[in-house]
Order: sequence, then structure tokens, then C-alpha cells
Amino acid sequence: MDKMPKWADVILTPLISLILAMAISAIVILAIGESPWLALKTMIDGALGSSYGWGYTLYYTTNFIFTGLAVAVAYHASLFNIGGEGQAMLGGLGVALIALALPWPHWSLALPAAMVGAALFGAAWALIPAWLQARRGSHIVITTIMFNFIAAALLNYMLVNILKPAGTQDPASANFPEGAHLPQLTEMAAALGIEWGKNTPVNITFIIALIACILVWLLIWRTRLGYEIRALGRSEPAALYAGISPVRITVIAMLISGGLAGLMAINNVMGEAERLVLNAVEGAGFIGIAVALMGRNHPFGVFLAALLFGFLYQGGGELALWTSIPRELIVVIQALVILFTGALDNMVRMPLERIFLALRGKGHA
Amino acid sequence: MHEAVTDTGGRPATAAPNAIELRGISKAFGPVQANKDIDLRVPQGTIHGIIGENGAGKSTLMSILYGFYKPDKGEILVNGRPLTIADSLTAIKAGIGMVFQHFKLVQNFTVLENVILGAEDGRLLRPSLAKAREVLKRLAAEYQLNVDPDETIDELSVGHQQRVEILKALYRQADILILDEPTGVLTPAEADHLFRILEGLKAEGKTIILITHKLREIMEITDNVSVMRRGEMVASVKTAETSPEELAELMVGRKVLLNVEKAPARPGEKILEVRDLTLVDDEGVERLRGISFDIRAGEILGIAGVSGNGQTQLLELLGGFPEKGSKSGGTIRMNGQELDLTGTMSDASTRRARGIGHVPEDRQAEGLIMDFTAWENTAFGYHRAPEFNRGLLMDNAAIRADAETKMEHFDVRPRNPNLAARNFSGGNQQKLVVAREIERNPDLLLIGQPTRGVDIGAIEFIHKRIIELRDAGKAVLLVSVELDEILSLSDRIAVMFDGRIMGERLPGETTTGELGLLMAGITDTAHADASEGIPPEHKHVDEVSGERG
Repeated sequence: MDKMPKWADVILTPLISLILAMAISAIVILAIGESPWLALKTMIDGALGSSYGWGYTLYYTTNFIFTGLAVAVAYHASLFNIGGEGQAMLGGLGVALIALALPWPHWSLALPAAMVGAALFGAAWALIPAWLQARRGSHIVITTIMFNFIAAALLNYMLVNILKPAGTQDPASANFPEGAHLPQLTEMAAALGIEWGKNTPVNITFIIALIACILVWLLIWRTRLGYEIRALGRSEPAALYAGISPVRITVIAMLISGGLAGLMAINNVMGEAERLVLNAVEGAGFIGIAVALMGRNHPFGVFLAALLFGFLYQGGGELALWTSIPRELIVVIQALVILFTGALDNMVRMPLERIFLALRGKGHA
Repeated sequence: MHEAVTDTGGRPATAAPNAIELRGISKAFGPVQANKDIDLRVPQGTIHGIIGENGAGKSTLMSILYGFYKPDKGEILVNGRPLTIADSLTAIKAGIGMVFQHFKLVQNFTVLENVILGAEDGRLLRPSLAKAREVLKRLAAEYQLNVDPDETIDELSVGHQQRVEILKALYRQADILILDEPTGVLTPAEADHLFRILEGLKAEGKTIILITHKLREIMEITDNVSVMRRGEMVASVKTAETSPEELAELMVGRKVLLNVEKAPARPGEKILEVRDLTLVDDEGVERLRGISFDIRAGEILGIAGVSGNGQTQLLELLGGFPEKGSKSGGTIRMNGQELDLTGTMSDASTRRARGIGHVPEDRQAEGLIMDFTAWENTAFGYHRAPEFNRGLLMDNAAIRADAETKMEHFDVRPRNPNLAARNFSGGNQQKLVVAREIERNPDLLLIGQPTRGVDIGAIEFIHKRIIELRDAGKAVLLVSVELDEILSLSDRIAVMFDGRIMGERLPGETTTGELGLLMAGITDTAHADASEGIPPEHKHVDEVSGERG
């Protein structure tokens, strides 16, 4: 089967999906008597119009890059990891345990240690579903989603019974020590004499996320492991023929995936809240699925899609703040974008493919 | 039933009209002509065998009859009336029932529930179930089709499951029953019982079409037999007027396709020693029942056989990737050293390290990753080799350069290593795999169906390379369902049937007829006409036919 050109696959399809989602959102906004134009303007101003808006947009983007990469890596091995949410929760637990374990003298020591904790805990949470899939054939979609619930319950228990400082009512850990405070981009810009993004949570993790994109790209397309992951994802019989162990690769791919999801906690737990709270992940694990789908499981695509969803999150928040569009509707808009770019991807892709095939047919005639 | 129809010339004289008549049925899948101008007449109340090798087009023809495929051309008459069979529902209404090779039963439903599935009379199940129970009781008495109606399918033996399939068809009032390779999954005793059932059905006036590649069954039970070869119906005869020898001959054909220049073999050291190799798959079916053979350096051992008789399992076991859940026994020695058969050192990369190259039977599912580029594929399986790696990363430049060399040596077209494997033609895909395996210079090359779906030019090229490898003092194990390929390439020929090696022959001293009988499991080949043996050296290029594409 001939397909359409790469640019149409990678850019045109998501773009049309996005426009469709926006069109339906506009109709909904019109239906409740508000101006779609004003809504769009508010969102763009709020998310991209100021360094403050950018600061928040990039903060959300960072979360989505990690969860998006997590889904993408597993996807290359043909594994659908929808447990990013739980793995990120556990990553938060790992960060909190490390950050609270020592009176860290400086963030440059705390950060690598916390990253190891986040990745290990996230990976550990992916290990059991991975093992069950590889050895027992239990479907990874079922097990990872179940593990999201177990993670939530586990975190609840840990916060209420173990991590909560005595005498407080809030189910949250103690504040992390001063030495575990990560540099905010604001502070980093200020050190260069630039005033940027005051009072925004975006921090050094954003840069780590960009590095993660590059490393994942190297992993998938430049290493033996990535080659074996992709080979297994494309054809298990062929992998066996080539001497690639499906069990080993399935487990390793899921460990990397879980580790990436866990690393998100560096951003939200260590970089922003500076303590572990309940529901710290706020659905970013699930957004990661849409991000990976929209980004075609390519790290660069994941980055762009994460940016889009960062914009939607921040812009949506602004919309609730400055217009009388209710908060619920913002969720509707976000859901529409996920629906069109993720779930309904083929609805746009298939007619588009047919158009390209027809055009090509004409070209040959 | 109708009165006897007057013979309209050319038809075999029969007392009843034809239950099925096909006129000029053709069906192509892309460039592959699966059925070509097929005529078939099946008189009512007879058992009609359709025989042919795998890929001869039998199953396609029956799928057309059952409404799964639409023929490109041709006409179908059922009980004398023209009928367009657009879907299986039309076929069922016309009284055609089909028993597939792979049963279509709901495993956790009872027999009764499976029988009424899709034939329920109303919204409530109870009346249908009660009715079905009565019908089943009657059918069981009439045809020895005893199955406990309340047993769930997963509790039943394979033979009983097949009976449920037959009951399903009969419950839908089929009077033309098509069975696709019905004995492939049965034990000999179960097969005998099935034949008694079929005899009973025939006595009741039902028409039965039996698709098989087993000659014994044809001779035992059919009234007429039609032979298919490469999409064409090459003969239709009365079973009483033919012999297994003639059918074997018709089935495999005598056409010699290629002229392969090759000097006599000069066998050297023993490279591979296989002793008492057994394999039981995860469903408990014995696929290999004690295989033993040797291959020496500088010789090609050809394994002939209808596919599905254990060749695939043999190749996979030697290659280090037997089917999941299978158990194997016996020993394999490579260059005198015993290979780990089941442990941690039994995987395919260990086998490669021991000097075993492998061109798998299914290049699209196993030999290549279709979405990978040609250059990624030319390192597949050898991607851990030091020359393809540079520290942590793969040395893509080195792999690409190596791919370009291989593509040049094997004349892969288009010579573009960046093209995905799926964009190459079948022949060029195969050249990619063969290039990868032969250029590693293995001590032993396992090669399965080297020229399946490969164009004529590439066939010749690949054959030459296999012989060059042999002449370089390497051992080759060739598995092919193409008898002429086996005959022209092999230095020795072993014939596999039902997980066993039925015998070994020298290509110059055997005939396709004799091999055909061995392939059908008949070892008593003394009376096969040996004068038809054609030594490969004497085959002529002018007999090359272009129909394999």
C-alpha cells in the first residue's frame, strides 16, 4: 500500500485534526452565547502573550514531554503503556523519599539523586505489568490501567500514614529542604540579567525534558537496544528469528517507559510543589497518550504536541479566569483536541490518503 | 431428486444433475493468479476429491464457492441453477456447508449453542435449543455423529470438534458439504471414523467435496477426483480409473523449470549431525517424530514434502526459534559440537555465532522487518556484530555501506538502501535476505522455500548463489515444496511426511512420481516407473516457463 508523503502524514493530518477540533469547540462556545474569537484570543494571550503565560505553558509542556516520551518508547515495542499516570505518581514518591532523606546542601546534588529515585520508582511500577505481559501474556493495557488505581491508593496511604508530618491535617509530605530547591527558569534568566517569567513554576526540568527528547531519539534510532525494540514492535516472529528475546525487550522497553513517566515528578513535585501532595500528576499521564499519538511517537513530534497541550492547559486556565466560559467547557475543548488528534486520527488520515492516492493516480495517467 | 439429465457432451455421464458446476472460474490476487479458468463438475450424491499441493489454489476455489471471494470471471451452478454467491449466507441458503481446516467454534459455548449460533429461530433461545437437541439426536443416530450436546467445545477432542462443525452444516440443511483438509488435525482412528460418517452422508444422497493433499484418503473414499496445480485444474478422473502414482505425477507436475549448471558434489567433513529430533507443539501435536540426517561440507541436502509435514518446525528448531510452548528432544551437532536445544544458549543469535545462516521460509514475517529500510534489514540478526557497532551506538554508516555492497553483489533493484523492505518486489526482498545470510559465509545455510513468489530471473540467480556456497565447501539444508527445485539443486533428497523422513534418494536416480508417493506417505515405491528419472544435468533451459511470478 502506498501512503501519502511524509509531510502530509506528520504535519497535515494533525493540523486538520486540530482545526476540526477547534471548529467544533467554536460551535460549542457559540451555542452557550460566547464569542469563539474572543475565547481564542484570551487563550493565546494568556498562554503565549507574556513571559508569565509562557512560563506556565512550558511548565505543563515539561510534564507532557515526559509522559509523552514514556508512551512513545513503549509504543515502539508495540506496547501500549497507559500506566503513565501511576508511574508518574510513584516517581513523585521516589522524589519525595530522596528529597526528604537528607538535608541536601545544594540542588546540583539533590537533582541527580532525585532523578534516579523518580526513574527507579516509575520503572519499578512498570516492571510488574511488563513481566506479566512478557511471561504470562496478560494484556499490558489492562494491567497498567489497574496499576494506576493501585498507585493512587498506595500514594494515599503513604501520604496519610507515613509521610504526613505529625500534627498537620493536609495529606501531603513535609516541605522539601531548601537545598533541594530547583532553579526556576526565572532565576536562571535573572542570573543572565533578563527579567523573564516571574512567579512561574517552569524550572530546570524543562531543559532536562529537552535533553530527554534527544536521548530518546538516540535510543530509538541509534542504539542496538532501540533497533531491537523497533524490530520487536514491528514483528515478533522476525525478532525471534533474529535472536532478539521478546521477554527481555518487552521488560526493558517498559522499564524505560516507566522511568520516563516517573521523571515527570522532578518537574511537578520537586520543581513546583516542593513537597508531595495528593493527585500531583493531575492527569498528565493520560495526556501523554494523546501527546505521543499526535507526535507520531517521534521525540520531536512529542515535543511539539506537548507544547500544544501545554498551551491548551494554560490557555484553558486563562479562559476560566477572564471569561464567563465555565471551567467544564475548557475540559470539553481539551477533550475534543485529544479526541480528534488521538482517537479519531484515522478519520482524517484515511480520506487524506485517498486524496493523495487519487492525485498520484492522475499524475501517472 | 431429479430425473437423470441427458449427457450434454464432454461431461462424465451421471445419473443425477451436478450438485456443483463451475465454469471458467478465475481469481487473481494482485499479480498472483490463484485460480485460472477452472471447470469442475461434482455429480449429486458423490464424494469428490480435490487434490493438489499447498498453494495450488484449492482453498481459494472453495472460498469462492462459499462466498468468501468473488471470482473475477466464471459461473457457478448449484443443482443445475446458476447462482451468484455473494456471501456465505447465500451459500448456506443454497445448501452448501463448509467445514474449515481451522474450526470456527466458540470455545466456551456448548455443542448445542454452537450448532444454533446464527441459526436461532427467534429471540428466545429455549425453543431453538430444544429443537436443535432433537435434530442432533436424530443426526447422531443416522450418521454416527455422536457428540454430547451439553459439553463445551474446549472439553472436546479435535475429532469431536470437527463433528460439531459437520453437525452445524447439517443443521442448516446442507446437502453439499465441503471439507477443507479434514484429516490434517485428526489421528488415524479419528480419520477412519470421519470417513465412515462421510460414507453415511453419501448414502443419504449428500454431496461431499473433500480437499486434501493426501493420496490415501482420495483413493479410499472418493468417487471422482480433480487435480489442481498452480491455479489450474489439470485433470478430473474417476477414482477407480486412476492410481496413486498417476495422481502424484499430476499433482507435482513434471515440468522442469530451470537448468542449473552444477558440478558433482565433493562432500567433505560432517558439518551437521541431527539425531532423533522430536518436537511436540504447544497443542500437543507431534510435529517432528525422530528426524536424523547428516550434511557434509560441500553438499546440499534437499528436503522435499508437502508443506505442513514438519519442515517448518525442523528449520525453526535448527535456526534456534522453535514455536513458543513447544517441547523438543534429540541432538544436533554442529562441527562436532553439540548445540543447546532448549536452554539459554538455544536462541537464534547463538546459532548464528555457531556458523548457521538461515533464510527463513516466510521472508515477510520473519526474514525481514517490512517497515525497516533495506540497510536496516541487511544487518538484521547480525546487528550485534562488532563491525556494525561503535561503542554504545550502532554504526549506521558502516551498515549502510555494507548494505550497498550486498545489494550490488546480489543485484537488488532498485539499488536504494533507504527504501523500506516492503517497497521491493518479492524477488528483491528475497535477494536481500539471501544476500544477508550468504555474505556472512556461514558453515551451514538453512534455506526454506528460497524462491517462493520470486520471479524467474531471481530464481536462477538465487539458485546459482546456493550452488556457489556449496562449491565453497559449505553445507546447505534446502527445504522446498517445489519438487523441481529440490531435484535440480540437491545432492541428496530426503522426503518428509508427517514429521518423519520417509526416505532418502539421489536426484539422478529417482522420479517425481516416486518422490510424490513418498511425499504422500507411501513408502512402497518399488513399482514407480524409474525410467522417468531425469538427471538434472540434462534438463533444458527451453523448458523454462514464465508462469511463476
